[in-house]
Formats: sequence, structure tokens, C-alpha cells
Amino acid sequence: MFALVFMRNAYLASTFIALTCGVIGVFVVARNLSFLSHTLSEIGFAGAAFGVFSGLSALNGMLIFTSLSSLIVGALGVEKSRREATISAVSSLFIGLGILFLSLSSKNASYATNILFGSIVGISFDEVKQLIILSALVMLFVLMMWRSLVFDSFDSVGAASQNIHRDLISIIFLILLAFAVSIGAQIVGSLLVFILLTLPAASAQYLGRTVPQLLMIAIGISLIGVWLGLYLGYVTNWPVTFFIASIEVLIYLLAILYSRLVQRS
Amino acid sequence: MTVEPILDIKQLTVRFPDKVVLDRLDFQLYPGEMISLIGANGAGKTTLIRAVLHQVKPVHGTIETHPLHETRQLKIGYVPQFRNIDHDFPLSIASFVGLNRLGHHWPFYTKQEHQNLKHALACTYLTDLAQTRLGSASGGEKQRAYLAQALVDDPDLLILDESTASLDVQAKNELMALVQELNHNEQLTVVFITHDLELAARYTTKYYLLEDGKLSSGASADLNQSLIREKVRGAI
Ligand SMILES: Nc1ncnc2c1ncn2[C@@H]1O[C@H](COP(=O)(O)OP(=O)(O)O)[C@@H](O)[C@H]1O
Ligand SMILES: [Mg+2]
Repeated sequence: MFALVFMRNAYLASTFIALTCGVIGVFVVARNLSFLSHTLSEIGFAGAAFGVFSGLSALNGMLIFTSLSSLIVGALGVEKSRREATISAVSSLFIGLGILFLSLSSKNASYATNILFGSIVGISFDEVKQLIILSALVMLFVLMMWRSLVFDSFDSVGAASQNIHRDLISIIFLILLAFAVSIGAQIVGSLLVFILLTLPAASAQYLGRTVPQLLMIAIGISLIGVWLGLYLGYVTNWPVTFFIASIEVLIYLLAILYSRLVQRS
Repeated sequence: MTVEPILDIKQLTVRFPDKVVLDRLDFQLYPGEMISLIGANGAGKTTLIRAVLHQVKPVHGTIETHPLHETRQLKIGYVPQFRNIDHDFPLSIASFVGLNRLGHHWPFYTKQEHQNLKHALACTYLTDLAQTRLGSASGGEKQRAYLAQALVDDPDLLILDESTASLDVQAKNELMALVQELNHNEQLTVVFITHDLELAARYTTKYYLLEDGKLSSGASADLNQSLIREKVRGAI
């Protein structure tokens, strides 16, 4: 399997995707932003379509669209953006735009499927390099604001009573989330990237008790999902995304079951 | 010799769009004191503290803090009135307490920080519960964890905002006894915000009553007077 260049690229890319989504996911869950990662995925679809239409790459189009949206959400305030009507309006608009851009661009329908559902054959080594650089950038920012980010994410009330630049942290994090969405979508597709951003971290919440534990578990679960998913996709020729989604859901259910059992005993 | 106050508030006025909450208020707090701040709901107790923490901007007046140690500014540990920790909160008590360490950005804790954490847990009798999930801790244990989180930063002044409000009688007294120990053993200055006049009378020496934007004070022993009771209960 590793004799094939595209499989090597896919494994390399998905390893960094799992790392990034695992780390960012822990904060997404702690900050209660699952809804937003979902919306950003849809916005990312429009961005990718725009990227293809305008001759930028799909990844660059996604980065632009999701980062801008994050800035807008940051300016509006997350609480306001949480309102469901607003969210569905924004999502619908962006999915519509995505469909428009795709139909305007000369690419065929299979390209749309790639953006939406992900693709492992399409990733070139140059794209892998860009993914790795972006992941490293996200990690670096997380590391630089580590203590403030952790405090604000896990105890916003306590953090508010300290002199922390909470607005700044919130905006930077939203942009990191935009990056993670764009990075993750390269393998699993924009339709399902929020799975990698929420399920491993949500499972970790049932299993870990310290922030490093949550991170390790979330990263581990993401890695299992993408590695095993790629392998099963390779063997069966079924979509990788199907396997990744199923594995993550299964682990999530097992984590809930485990925590129930532990609580009872 | 006169002792300098660690907190010196003069002519403080805080206004919200619809009303004046603090009206040219004066307040001095001296090192080592343990006082209670009482007043009806909505009197402005939390607002006064938020002004001290620079979270609300006064329209008038000054708030001065005087350091106890020459090497650093006065450190204030504030235990907020409302906390949003649900049943499924994942972190252990030790992890939660350790969140409040912002001296560095680097993820790993220094030796000193590890020691402070141990000390804060020991002071609040949480050492044995350190690995328990905060989400599944009792109300009293949660309040002790909130207190420990404020202590881990090694404050000079501790402000408890209605920390006993949701506790049963036994847990209330345990928490207050613990705070009293800190006041005695560690010379921690304490401001205890409360509605509970019995607790205020038992554990503090002096009370400050916030009413119509102004403070009046007296000996906590006098808190049994019915007049003060009326004033505190009045607007509840
Ligand atoms: N951010 C705010 N904006 C407008 N009004 C406020 C704000 N914070 C507090 N208030 C009002 O100021 C008054 C004092 O509130 P607070 O300080 O919380 O009272 P206490 O802590 O004594 O119960 C209340 O009437 C409250 O509604
Ligand atoms: Mg209050």
C-alpha cells in the first residue's frame, strides 16, 4: 500500500490533519463551539468551490472563506452567532454560493464530490507540504497562548476574573478553527470535517481528566480513525470518509458506554 | 505608626444606563482584616468588586491598591458569584485548580507552581479529592475548588462573592472555618460578600453594609440588630 505515492501522501497528510483536528477539537468542545465548526465546514465548501472557480486552489479558497467568516463571528460575538436562525441562514447562503461557483467553473461533477466528500487520490506532495506548514502554524499559536486558552476554554468565568485578553483569545481561536476546518477537509471533505473536530474530543471528555490527557486521547482517536479509514478504503475501494465517520461514531458510543459502566461500578 | 490600607477607594461612582449603583463611595481595607460586605440583592456588591478588578469603569473617583510585598503589585484572588460547571465537566479538581496560573505561557508548570498547587489543595482539604472529577463533586467541594483556584495564584487579598449561598449549613460552616484559618495562618486579607448575617457575625469582625450606593460599617457582633436585618433582607 505504501508503495503507492498517493497513499504515502494521504497517510502523511491525514496524520497532520488528525493532530490538528484533535488538538483544536478539545478546545472546540470545551468552548461549546460544535455548532460553529459545522457551519464553518459548509462555508468551507463554498470557499473550496470559489477557489476552484477562481483558479486559486480549493484549500486556499477554503482558508479565505472560513477565516473571513471567523473574523465576522468574532466581531459579532459568538453568543449572537449561536442563534439558530442566523446560522441556518448563513449556511444556506454559503451552500448556495458553493453550488453556484462549482457550476460556473469548468470542472466536472466529480470535483464537487471530492470537495464535499473528500478524496485521497488527489493530494500532491506540494499540497501535503502546505498542510504540514499550516498544521505547524496552528500548533505554534496554540502553544503560544496555551495557558490563557486553556483557562478561558475550561473555566470562562474564572478566566473572566483575571486579566486575560479574552476577546483576543476568542478571535485567534476562531481563526485557528477556520484553519483546522480547511486542513481537515482535504481528506474527509468539507461535509464531514466537523466530525474530526468534535467526535474525538467529545469521546475524550468521557475518558480523560486532565487537559494533556484530553489532548492525547483526542489525537489518538483521530489518528485511529484516519489511519484505519484510509486502510479500509484502500482495501475495499469504499469511500474513506465513510470509514472515518463510522469509526469515530463507534468510538464515541463506546466512550459513552464506558463512562456509564464506570459510573455504575 | 499608622498602617497603610491595601485598598483605598475614594468617591467611587459607578453608573449603568438606567441607574447609579455606587454613589461617591469610600472604602478602606487594611491588611489582615476579615470583613463582610452585606447588602440586599442588587445593592451593587458585585459591581463594587468588579470596579476594583477593572472590569467596570467608574465615572468618578479613585481606586488605589498598595502592594504588601515590595517586589510585586497587590494580588487579588476573586471567587466569582456564579460558576457554570455542569455535571459533565471533564477536568479533575487538581486540573481545575491549576488553570489559574498565568505567570508564564509555556504549558509545563515550574517546580514553584507545582508546590503552589499542592499547597492550595492542602489548605482547602482537597488533597484526597485531587483526582476526582469536579463535575461529580458535591456543592461544598466545588466551592472549595473555586477557592483553591483563587488561592493557587498566591493572592494577598481574597474576595468571596456569595460563595456560601448554595450550601447547606454544615458546608457553609466548613468553608467559613477554612477561610478563617487562611486569614489567621497566612495573614490573608478577606472580603466575604454575603446575605447570611449569622455567618457574617460568626466569622468576621467588621461588616460593611452597602445601601443606596453608599457604605456604612460596624462591628459584626451588632449584626443581630433587627434594623440591619431588615435592610439586608428588604429587597430580596
Ligand atoms: N453590566 C451591567 N449593566 C447594567 N446593569 C447592571 C450591570 N451589572 C449590574 N447591573 C445592575 O446593577 C445593580 C447592582 O448589581 P450587583 O452589583 O450585581 O448587585 P449585588 O451583587 O449586590 O446583588 C443591579 O440592579 C444590576 O441589575
Ligand atoms: Mg452579586
